[in-house]
Amino acid sequence: MKEIYLDNNATTKVDETVFEEMRPYFTELYGNPSSMHFFGGQVQKKVDEARGCVAELLGASPDEVIFTACGTESDNAAIRSSLAVFPDRRHVVTSRVEHPAVLTQCRNLIQQGYRVTEIGVDSAGCLDMTALKAAVDEDTAIVSLMWANNETGVVFPVEEAAAIAKAKGALFHTDAVQAVGKIGIDLAHSAIDMLSLSGHKLHAPKGIGALYLRRGTPFRPFMVGGHQERSRRAGTENTAAIIALGKACELAGQYMEKENTTVKAMRDRLEQSLMVAIPNARINGAGAERIPNTTSVAFEFVEGEAILLLLSELGICASSGSACTSGSLEPSHVLRAMGVPFTCAHGSIRFSLSRFTTDGEIDTVIRELPLIVNRLRQMSPFGRDQL
Amino acid sequence: MWDYTPIVKDHFLNPRNVGDIPDADAVGEVGSLACGDALKLYLKLDENKQRIVDARFQTFGCASAIASSSALTEMVKGKTLDEALAISNQDIAEFLGGLPEEKMHCSVMGQEALEVAIAKFRGEPVPEHDSEHDHGHAYPDNEGTVVCKCFGITDTFLKKVIETNKLTTVEQVTHFTKAGGACGGCLPRIRELIDEVLGQNTQQPRKRPDKLSNLKKMQMIQDVLEKDIRPLLWADGGDMELIDIDGSRVMVAFRKACAGCAASGNTALMVQQKLREFVAEDIVVEEVAG
Repeated sequence: MKEIYLDNNATTKVDETVFEEMRPYFTELYGNPSSMHFFGGQVQKKVDEARGCVAELLGASPDEVIFTACGTESDNAAIRSSLAVFPDRRHVVTSRVEHPAVLTQCRNLIQQGYRVTEIGVDSAGCLDMTALKAAVDEDTAIVSLMWANNETGVVFPVEEAAAIAKAKGALFHTDAVQAVGKIGIDLAHSAIDMLSLSGHKLHAPKGIGALYLRRGTPFRPFMVGGHQERSRRAGTENTAAIIALGKACELAGQYMEKENTTVKAMRDRLEQSLMVAIPNARINGAGAERIPNTTSVAFEFVEGEAILLLLSELGICASSGSACTSGSLEPSHVLRAMGVPFTCAHGSIRFSLSRFTTDGEIDTVIRELPLIVNRLRQMSPFGRDQL
Repeated sequence: MWDYTPIVKDHFLNPRNVGDIPDADAVGEVGSLACGDALKLYLKLDENKQRIVDARFQTFGCASAIASSSALTEMVKGKTLDEALAISNQDIAEFLGGLPEEKMHCSVMGQEALEVAIAKFRGEPVPEHDSEHDHGHAYPDNEGTVVCKCFGITDTFLKKVIETNKLTTVEQVTHFTKAGGACGGCLPRIRELIDEVLGQNTQQPRKRPDKLSNLKKMQMIQDVLEKDIRPLLWADGGDMELIDIDGSRVMVAFRKACAGCAASGNTALMVQQKLREFVAEDIVVEEVAG
């Protein structure tokens, strides 16, 4: 069965070009970039080139890019560093809809005696900027807000939020894992101090990420024990993956327009067709600015895991904000923060497209999903009078 | 992805007996939209009203909820009411070749709906649903008090599930009943219920050792604080944190409801007493700001 992969916010296919680029660095060019000999030196050069490509996509300087193992590490490093460099500041500001990489860490900080403010969102998923302004004070060490939400695709006004943080002397970090490659980023003209990105969300392999650290920003490394990454991230470089990330960022720059035209058009068509074909359905975050590849659709009276497994039977890969898929018993914290009713939250499905998605694949979903929802609704004790 | 057995998959993809029975003799309904799963079970009895001749279901829920409902209807057909009542949630899970532990609550839901249906048919008391979250509320033998407020689950129901399935950990109870799966406020009470059902403290009885190295002592202090003392404080909405250990001096800070509580001096004494009992007699507990 050929898969129809519409779960690109979970992970992406490694681009063939990216894979070819990294391939020699396993069995042929396996030198350590720190070595004095030519054999390691040539790898060092490629790592530097890759750093340049990542910087280019972000509108940053190469020395502002630190390679890490993943987006989660970048998030952890940014927040911990901020607290270490501002020992007198005991307050952290984030949002209720962050990825667990940020949210779990912030909640753990409460146990360590920090004050943590989680800013809420409205029903469209938009950040409460008034609450943000009120929350940030002279005690705030760091404000960490995601650029684009992984579940709904809703975009936060991070520049505006960064300005609010800077006005009180706090650092500003953004988890841009879902935004990079979909939104134009120009950190040279920005108030953002730190930004996290992840390779496997943009067609590079898993196990590679980066942290952008604005030049002059005080920093305390998360990993110590080596001089790599100018002592800001110890540990032998994952050279092949770094080189892959560089290539992936180069390609992401080239495909950004396609993401915002072709991919967006497919996403919009999917949404419109589903809304016409399926009653009692809604788009979570429809009223907000969103990244072009993501849609979160809620169907009343049915449960998300059942939809996902029936889609999976047809080779269609998506994900869900439902509780049952994760083993937890409550639906997604993002949908709950938006006030999506439980009845809808349990039946929410996320489709996330990529530049490899085809119109034919979208046609298949438009054809099959209404049948699946109808089949499950026929089985459900609820909402039968509304079918 | 869940590791469902081929039987679960079959009953999910090709569910048996979906639908309603307009002239059903017995109907049992448990769960709600808010809970994330719900089951309405219809039973048709023979002329003597003794034996189940047809069973149908409507289910809102995940694959294992649908499969459990389908399995249940297959299992009860042809059985007398008493035979049907003997079906446990374990039997439903076994019929399906097993369920992931996190999904065992789906089999419990099936068993629950069956009991409700038969109780209603027999005119036995079934409490009205008074909350949006009503798992366990529907349990016919309901004289208990609500333990899990998030999902509305009573102690009577929990004890039955603990007993039937021989559960020994709080996590298992959550997997089987959902209780404690949301805010977590009732987890200490669930621990108590497990101990009550098993008729003993399931944790090894603690005994104060004769001689301790410093490292061992510190580990034991932490262990007693985590397992014996903090759960007691949680029950009253309080908490505490271990700040430091210096020889026999144990410095703690009280949190939440305990912080600034006029009785915190007594609480500190209680902590000291416990630590003296389980770790070493010379322990002194000091409350510090932190």
